[in-house]
Amino acid sequence: MTKDSSGFLDAVWTLFASLKLTIILLIILAITSIIGTVIPQNATQADYVMAFGEFLYQVFDLLDFFDMYHSWWFQLMLVMLTINITVCSIERLSVTGKTIFKKNPDPNLARFQRLSKKHEFSTGLDSDTIKKKFRSAVKRSLGYIRTGDTDNGFYIYGETGRWTRLGVYVVHTSVVMLLVGGIIGSIFGFDGFVTIPEGEKENRIRLMNNAGFQELEFEIRCDNFEVSFYDTGMAKEFRSSLVIIEDGQETVKKDIIVNDPLRYKGINIFQSSYGSVPSDIAHFSFTNKDSELGYDYKLKVGDTVDLPEAMGTFTLTGFTRDGAFQGHSVGEAFTGTLEKEGEETINLLLPLKFPTFDRMRGGNEVVAVTHFEEKFYTGLQVTKDPGIWVVYTGFLFMIFGCYITFFMSHQRLCVEVIKEKDSHKIIVAGFSDKNKPGMQLKVQKIAERLEKIKD
Amino acid sequence: MNSSIILSVITFVYGLAAFLYVAAWVFKKEKFGKIATWVVYISVVGNTAGIALRWVETYQQGFGHAPLSNLYESLVFFALVIGVLYLFIEKKYKLPVIGVVAMPLAFLSIAYASMGQSSNIQPLMPALKSNWLIAHVVACFIGYSAFAIAFGISCLYLMKRVNPDRKGFLFTSTPTLSILDDLTHQMVKFGFLFLTVGIITGAAWANSAWGRYWGWDPKETWSLITWFVYAAMLHARLVRGWQGKRIAYMSIIGFAAVLFTYFGVNLLPGLHSYQ
Repeated sequence: MTKDSSGFLDAVWTLFASLKLTIILLIILAITSIIGTVIPQNATQADYVMAFGEFLYQVFDLLDFFDMYHSWWFQLMLVMLTINITVCSIERLSVTGKTIFKKNPDPNLARFQRLSKKHEFSTGLDSDTIKKKFRSAVKRSLGYIRTGDTDNGFYIYGETGRWTRLGVYVVHTSVVMLLVGGIIGSIFGFDGFVTIPEGEKENRIRLMNNAGFQELEFEIRCDNFEVSFYDTGMAKEFRSSLVIIEDGQETVKKDIIVNDPLRYKGINIFQSSYGSVPSDIAHFSFTNKDSELGYDYKLKVGDTVDLPEAMGTFTLTGFTRDGAFQGHSVGEAFTGTLEKEGEETINLLLPLKFPTFDRMRGGNEVVAVTHFEEKFYTGLQVTKDPGIWVVYTGFLFMIFGCYITFFMSHQRLCVEVIKEKDSHKIIVAGFSDKNKPGMQLKVQKIAERLEKIKD
Repeated sequence: MNSSIILSVITFVYGLAAFLYVAAWVFKKEKFGKIATWVVYISVVGNTAGIALRWVETYQQGFGHAPLSNLYESLVFFALVIGVLYLFIEKKYKLPVIGVVAMPLAFLSIAYASMGQSSNIQPLMPALKSNWLIAHVVACFIGYSAFAIAFGISCLYLMKRVNPDRKGFLFTSTPTLSILDDLTHQMVKFGFLFLTVGIITGAAWANSAWGRYWGWDPKETWSLITWFVYAAMLHARLVRGWQGKRIAYMSIIGFAAVLFTYFGVNLLPGLHSYQ
């Protein structure tokens, strides 16, 4: 490695080891995150142009404001924050690690002597009794105990919670886990949507953000969809009865509702939306204009029927969601053909919205859709996220880490016993790395307890 | 007798507590403060009773859900958590002056509920039917309440700071600046832990309802913004030693973010807006 590049690496390391950078990144993240809550994300271009005008649209589009949380600059900041946290943690741990992982910590007597707050009293007990009595009294409050001799007496040293200094690294590790889990999810997982009409099955999932399709190794069949309502008219429950079909076998059956998805082979299927589609069955009326007599038939797409009064043979050929007549959209419509001997076949368009549409044709007979049966389709969110367990472990780390960091501390206490003419002077002092007022109270309590047993 | 009547009455009890604390502070009558503490106990008991009764009422109407599902219910619960948290602080730190800022906030919350919001009991929409509801809402509101009290203490700090040694009007009973500073920090730590739990339970819930633990919905994003602000504040203090005025300002900015997360997001489109 050349000198220059190591100088550069050092500079980068120093940059990421700076806590100033952490605070700046947190504040910039906080401020820029606001943008995406004010500008609706992932709407259509037309909506944006209408809301902001052509010029602002171009500017915002250039800055990725319309999908800002996935923009390179926002994600770069998240990655920088994670690197920053990691580097800071390594730097700090290389210093405090010596303290944390020390096998037999020594009391630094001078450090206790320097404390401004000390509790002092004297006792007439002999030193062996003091050692025995006080040792067990200190041990009741603090874990690790060590005694040792000094020039003019001895000390009893106790401490607890040395490991809690690791709490902050647990929190920082959790942040890294969230990022790693998120990246695993976005690389190896997918997030998509599928609609399945009742009675049908599907294995192609349309991915979010027009990212194409994902084929599943199995098919999802929707046997039934039900929506129930409260008396107020508010939706109460959406329920889809789903069946998983793998290699032609029905492997799993489950009713899913919101908050209770179906999970199969790492793929999660959530109730997301619903709607209705006309089924391929409908009731038709055929009216002869001359006799003014009408005849009703229930037909399925593909059915053919011979009509009375020489109206011919009608075949229901199909259904379209977007029928068009002379260039105008008429919406959902059935199509059919009418054949009469010796005449040309007539193509019929039978829109659901306009039952009398066929009258305009001016034929001798009028075909109308009188009633069509609707069926529901269920809208399912289908996701796969192999990173989820990393994320969830990160969640647990973060909660426990925060608790340890904020509410537990490394507490150290020293009872110094100084031999005087015919008594012993006792000095009790202690400190902690966090929550210092709380530790002062604890030290005071221990000192009081010792004073009580001094005789 | 129904829950909304109880809660309306309790609103006035909270108002009385707030008034007594302010009076104790302004007129330097400790006695008022002592009475005020009892009034807070009454408020908290009544508030709890009101929420419990409302819970029963949801069953009577045939829905049966924890009364934490709309703006009215959340405001009432917010007042309760502020009240309970305040009583803990008063017991632990013996600082009734915190009541001067905490009780008006609790009063404002429940008053806004009683006067500005419909108290009709609504059934739950499908997305809210989850065991996560209680954990998520309770954690969030403990966090919000701690931040609210931290905000109040920061305001006291800034007022006191103008002239720390002044003995006259309004200032005698205020504790020292360093105690206020430390208390702000304690409250923010407490709030941060619960905000973290609130965000995480929300993420777990979102994952079981919609198949994603994070979707950058405005409420989610604003809770994260709040989390960023307080995270910056905690780091500034713990590692860079920021204290006093700067911490007080950050606590105020943090609480503004809390308020926007709570109320402002209703103005934006998203899954969390209370209707």
